[in-house]
Amino acid sequence: MSLLKPLLILFSLLLVGVLPAAAQSDPEALRPLINNLADGNYDETQRQIEEIAATGNAAAAPALEALGEGDLYFRKSDGMVFIAVREGKIYQLTDPLTLEAAGEAGRRDVKKIRVNNRLRRVIRSALGSLTLMAPDPGVRMAAAEAIFTARDPDGIEALDIALDAETDDNVRRVMQQARAAAVLNSDLGPEEKITAVGTLSDMGNRQALSLLLSVQSTLDPDVQAAAADAISKIEQSIAAWDAAQNIWFGISLGSVLLLAAIGLAITFGVMGVINMAHGEMVMIGAYVTFVVQEIIRTSAPGLFEVSLFIALPLAFLTSGLIGVAIERGVIRWLYGRPLETLLATWGISLILQQAVRTIFGPTNQEVGNPDWMSGAFELGQMTITYNRMWIVVFALLVFAGLMLVLKKTPFGLYTRAVTQNRRMAASMGIRTPWIDALTFGLGSGIAGIAGVALSQIDNVSPNLGQSYIIDSFMVVVFGGVGNLWGTLVGAMTLGVVNKFLEPYAGAVLGKIFVLVFIILFIQKRPRGLFALKGRAVEA
Amino acid sequence: MSSFLFRALDARAGIFVALMALVIVLVPAGNLLVPESSPFHVPTYAVTLMGKYLTYALLALAVDLVWGYCGILSLGHAAFFALGGYAMGMYLMRQIGTRGVYGDPILPDFMVFLNWQELPWYWYGFDMFWFAALMVLLVPGLLAFIFGWFAFRSRVTGVYLSIITQALTYALLLAFFRNDMGFGGNNGLTDFKDILGFDIQADTTRAGLFAASGLALVLCFLICRSITRSKLGKVLVAVRDAESRTRFLGYRVEHYKLFVWTLSAMMAGIAGALYVPQVGIINPGEFAPANSIEVVIWVAVGGRGTLVGAVLGAVLVNFAKTWFTAALPEFWLFALGGPVRLRHTLPAQGHSGPYRERPIDVWQQIGLRPG
Repeated sequence: MSLLKPLLILFSLLLVGVLPAAAQSDPEALRPLINNLADGNYDETQRQIEEIAATGNAAAAPALEALGEGDLYFRKSDGMVFIAVREGKIYQLTDPLTLEAAGEAGRRDVKKIRVNNRLRRVIRSALGSLTLMAPDPGVRMAAAEAIFTARDPDGIEALDIALDAETDDNVRRVMQQARAAAVLNSDLGPEEKITAVGTLSDMGNRQALSLLLSVQSTLDPDVQAAAADAISKIEQSIAAWDAAQNIWFGISLGSVLLLAAIGLAITFGVMGVINMAHGEMVMIGAYVTFVVQEIIRTSAPGLFEVSLFIALPLAFLTSGLIGVAIERGVIRWLYGRPLETLLATWGISLILQQAVRTIFGPTNQEVGNPDWMSGAFELGQMTITYNRMWIVVFALLVFAGLMLVLKKTPFGLYTRAVTQNRRMAASMGIRTPWIDALTFGLGSGIAGIAGVALSQIDNVSPNLGQSYIIDSFMVVVFGGVGNLWGTLVGAMTLGVVNKFLEPYAGAVLGKIFVLVFIILFIQKRPRGLFALKGRAVEA
Repeated sequence: MSSFLFRALDARAGIFVALMALVIVLVPAGNLLVPESSPFHVPTYAVTLMGKYLTYALLALAVDLVWGYCGILSLGHAAFFALGGYAMGMYLMRQIGTRGVYGDPILPDFMVFLNWQELPWYWYGFDMFWFAALMVLLVPGLLAFIFGWFAFRSRVTGVYLSIITQALTYALLLAFFRNDMGFGGNNGLTDFKDILGFDIQADTTRAGLFAASGLALVLCFLICRSITRSKLGKVLVAVRDAESRTRFLGYRVEHYKLFVWTLSAMMAGIAGALYVPQVGIINPGEFAPANSIEVVIWVAVGGRGTLVGAVLGAVLVNFAKTWFTAALPEFWLFALGGPVRLRHTLPAQGHSGPYRERPIDVWQQIGLRPG
């Protein structure tokens, strides 16, 4: 077990990128210093430890750690130092710098390097300053954070030295916070502590809050007052950040709703067609992504990072073509009978679902996230995942693109003309059946590319579409038919309202409230937020 | 009242009522009186299955009344069905008494399991059958009345109304899934023991429930029939075909709609109440929006605007569903989706308005009648 700890340290150092740093300061340079640990009394050892610490070379950390644990031995034959673990009658040796196995030795061949409590303290501070002085800012940051969590008063001295030498502002800030944490836990005077409380109050996150709350009772009255102030200040800032985070979640949910609903808004708005198979178009888009990724996996793994960009046009085409086929085959016979269209497209949705289930099976398919879609970054105290962020961006891009198509192209002009007055448009020579088919294809194609995006955050299964269809309808009906801005505002409003209700009412109750709200809203404005005016309404 | 009902009995309705009477008598008799060895014996499971179809038929009748005759396409009628079912389920739960797994004389098992200390107020009274029966009518009726009062008053029509009825049933679905609603959450209400003192598993009870479903169907059919043939029915059809014109002629359209909508919801509630003791369970899945759409499909298949058609459509589609899911489970959704599409892509021949009352064309659907 004792071998595990240095390994863990090395591993954590690896994570923060110490190995590239170790290339700058060669671990082998430490070898003589480490080997020197073998001889001499406690005073001599202490001097050696301080010398090692002075190099600032983090590669020495496992050896020092082992020394503190009493796992550092030297070989009597050549004076080489090893980390050793006893196994029965022999010792397993590990090189203290490279951490590679270095053979084994008999019980009499090696001798333990002895330490006392004074040395252990020296080792601790040496370890602290080793990492605090490391050339890599990442390592220094990690070390400071470790002290912050440990709140070890012994770290103050090392931090003071490190702070003097620190050049990186970010690391400096973390070190100051770590020092503040350690100070609050130490027996220093109230002035020092009030300064520390000030530092933590500026930090203003949950970590600082929990730290202050835990030490509050142990402080002097003066400091306690300062701490109480700081706590309320932090709580306020956390509340503000929470609100910001909620808004972000709401926008994120809203963008998903927008993606799912925007195609529906087109078909519904232009043709008055309630397309219950819309969700299945989304599902097909997701399955296109799956197929593209499967092909890439087997034949061109290098393209995986761009698989989504390959899937986008394919999904648009696939769903769009199916949409055109549905329009030509079924819907065009049913214009003017919206309720029957609704049922017919519902039948189509069942057939598409069953077809996908028959081809791909009923289980969830795995669609991978490219690297640039995974992970997260911090903005203030909010955590923003990349996939959510890109989906927000993507939704807005799709919205803008669709706006452009509808406002700036001849096709868009015709579409708007047909929306506003079908018969007049026909009289002016617009071939309305073609516009209908193309618009339906466009709406379905948009649903397809929405499916590509949703495959990144949702399970790709034959039921994918079903889970979005009701929400999409709510968005379209809430936002108002025939107006894309209505869809945007509707989606974002419903998303944000939903996420704000969730903490108070729970996810399910929040959703119920939103549904009831929509039902009531429709009573007030039967045609949605942005209602079309004029004759088209009654048509 | 009786003259009101008898007025509905013209030749076509008479045939239906006579046939139903035959079914109501013969099926239970075939189950209880004919020995099992006889080829005419009706097994108990078939009785229950057909009883279930009859409750579905009643639900379809309710949907047809509002959709076929008043043009209100409800995509949320399963909500009223399920509410009626829950009211009956609550009565049946209270009847279990100490025979539950935890043996609590008052609290149903799931409440004991969730550590509830006492019965929520809305469970009071459900130990009495008359109260539960009243609730079967009142709860869906009241919900429909409030919902309809708001919706029709603000003239929410057509597709918008359909979508908010769907929102209604979806909201109820989510609500009933919650454990703290006190309706058994995900699992719903089940494990019933007896109804009105009769063992719910017994053949005689099942036959009785079947007969009750048949009687309820006939009664509701006659009510619907007399409504649609009365002056009220003519106004409803007028609303369906030209709502604004009817309003301009001086009729209070929303009152007519509200009346028929509430009545239809109550019928759906009765159907649900009869459904639950026969299938032995009610859970939030009954609220699923897809269920409501399926009911509309039955009506569409049987022939919208023909009461007998709604009944036949419900029975036929469900019979096909039972058969398909047993024989070709893969193809049920294809089969359900296909006719729906065909039914609606058939160009309506020579119609004098968008919603001309059409004869029953199930026969055409299943290919028994050429052309």
